Amino acid sequence: MATDTAQREAHWHRTRNLMFVHLAIWFIFAFVVHWFAPQLNKISFLGFPVGFYMAAQGSLAVFVIQLFVFVKQQDKIDRETGMAED
Amino acid sequence: MAMFKKGSSFIENLPKIYGLYTGGFLLFFALMAIFEQMGMGADTIGILFVSFTIVIYAVIGWLSRTMQVDAYYVAGRQVPPVFNGMATAADWMSGASFVAMAGGIFLGGHAYLAFVVGWTGGYVLVATLMAPYLRKFGCYTVPDFIGTRYGGNLTRLLAVIVLVVASFTYVTAQINATGTIAARALDIPFEVGVWFGLLGILICSMLGGMRAVTWTQVAQYIVLIIAYLIPVFWMSSKQGFGIFPHFEYGAAVQRIMDLEPVLGVGVLKPTGEVASQFPGLKALTTLHATPGEGPINAFRFVTLAACMMIGTASLPHILMRYFTTPSVRAARASVAWSLFFIFLLYFTAPALATFTKLQLLDPNLSTSIIGKSFADVEALTWIQKWSEIGMVAMKDFNGDGILQINEFFLRGDIVVLATPEMAGLPYVISGLVAAGGMAAAMSTADGLLLAIANALSHDLYYKIIDPKAETRKRLLVARVLLFGIGALGAFVASLKLTGILGAVAWAFCFAMSGLFFPLVLGVWWKRANRAGAIAGMIIGFGCGTWYLYMVKWGGMVPWYGLDHLRFGIIGASASLIAMIVVSLLTKEPDAETQAMVDEVRIPKGQTILGSQH
Repeated sequence: MATDTAQREAHWHRTRNLMFVHLAIWFIFAFVVHWFAPQLNKISFLGFPVGFYMAAQGSLAVFVIQLFVFVKQQDKIDRETGMAED
Repeated sequence: MAMFKKGSSFIENLPKIYGLYTGGFLLFFALMAIFEQMGMGADTIGILFVSFTIVIYAVIGWLSRTMQVDAYYVAGRQVPPVFNGMATAADWMSGASFVAMAGGIFLGGHAYLAFVVGWTGGYVLVATLMAPYLRKFGCYTVPDFIGTRYGGNLTRLLAVIVLVVASFTYVTAQINATGTIAARALDIPFEVGVWFGLLGILICSMLGGMRAVTWTQVAQYIVLIIAYLIPVFWMSSKQGFGIFPHFEYGAAVQRIMDLEPVLGVGVLKPTGEVASQFPGLKALTTLHATPGEGPINAFRFVTLAACMMIGTASLPHILMRYFTTPSVRAARASVAWSLFFIFLLYFTAPALATFTKLQLLDPNLSTSIIGKSFADVEALTWIQKWSEIGMVAMKDFNGDGILQINEFFLRGDIVVLATPEMAGLPYVISGLVAAGGMAAAMSTADGLLLAIANALSHDLYYKIIDPKAETRKRLLVARVLLFGIGALGAFVASLKLTGILGAVAWAFCFAMSGLFFPLVLGVWWKRANRAGAIAGMIIGFGCGTWYLYMVKWGGMVPWYGLDHLRFGIIGASASLIAMIVVSLLTKEPDAETQAMVDEVRIPKGQTILGSQH
């Protein structure tokens, strides 16, 4: 049981850290980037003004990619700590 | 015909079944295109498109009928992640997303993109904070989690109340949208269209509950995404923007930004008196890609996005979709797939809005109308057709015979509905778009009605009022409630009380005010207890509702620009503070509850609630 408790703690510790990392990325692309949209609009990317681009496409793409990466990472944590489903 | 019955062979055959279905739908589309060339009228095509798709959904609903509790509430927990992703995407994308979003961007410019960011970013919260843990819990409904985690009937009842208020606000808008589309496609009065739409919605869900809704939503997603993308690809290649305009419309955005000062966008505005001549229609007065300067505009963007995101992660009809996956791991993967399928539509909408605008504004394009003479513009077929039903209006206020930006009025919906006609595409495309809009509105209405009816039948009736009720009776009550709530929703919709968008944003704010923190802290903070949850729900929901009332009807000046669309910020903040303070002032949860939270946090092992409860 002792090892089980230790493994559970390790699992939750890593899970929590992963959550914070992903929420930090989320926070940047959900809020910070758009706060500076007027300034970013002065730069151009693929011909788009960047402030507009991030709201119309950039942030969305980041969220999608981020979630697929998150699924992989969380899976790895579950398996390595022996907490995965069979 | 046991296709939609429970069984592994059906699950294994899913790709084949839906592959055939997609092929069949494309074939139907091609047939309609051929019939149009042979002289079939636009009205007949519209009727065939809408009725053909509804008949298919009804057949799926019939084949998925069930008398088992876990099939009715959670589709037997065997929906593979990719298919659950499609079903969630259809559940998620409402009539408003389909019909109104591109128009919203067209008229609202950068500020409106807060909805686009908010309605996608919310899934990061769903995946990291909610879905896997709720799946591990094994609940049938969202109040089921709250009631079991915190204990007591009062917590369960409060969660049911928040769920019903938020979802009902949302569902009337959806039934309204099905009514509008049915009325237009089938040429019947709106009041009849609403009941017709409800009939379609109920056929999909009454007999098979969540199982039927799941498989019809997958079918509806396929129709709606084809109906959104085909016209855009077709138009775009026809107008020389390339087949995938998504990566190439930067130049079009730049061109609009160059044209705006020339045409006076944002400078020339219709006077209030003029604008009131065309209720519901708007002239283009907002810059396309240029955000408003200053911290207040940035704050308004960020708070609106935050409300939509946190609301997403609290809306029960979305969360309950992740109860249907076979495992915790699958629930997580399914969130990623959901967002991917949603992304396909949401990153197309700004592209569509951009080049619809360019087609109207750019004097170098043959489709442009701004700066042309009134006589020329009035002769265009699409202008005539849409002004007849009051979706477009124009008036030469300064009497110079030239159409100016502040003399042309439109309803946002027209960007999706009429752009194919502006570009001169055949009518078959309009039929396709009507079928897509119908699919979007029906699938969302189905999910919402089921969320409400399940909460009332499972949490209120079975868990609180009559815990000894037998399966047959439970499922009968669930169906009667589904019918009753649907009828009530259709009745409210037929009164035409609310504008679509206002109601949709409110649903998000209601849900986040009452449910977000009790759900998140239930998993992430072991110390959260019953008293805290009760305080969080009552104070959060109460403050949010009070603020909405004061700002919208009470004449209060909004705090820091937090208007009625953003009242969730107030509600959720109050909920968080109340929940933490009250939890800390009262006793910590007992050892049993704390052990339960530990179990929820790991994917391994049995669900907290049994498979039949």
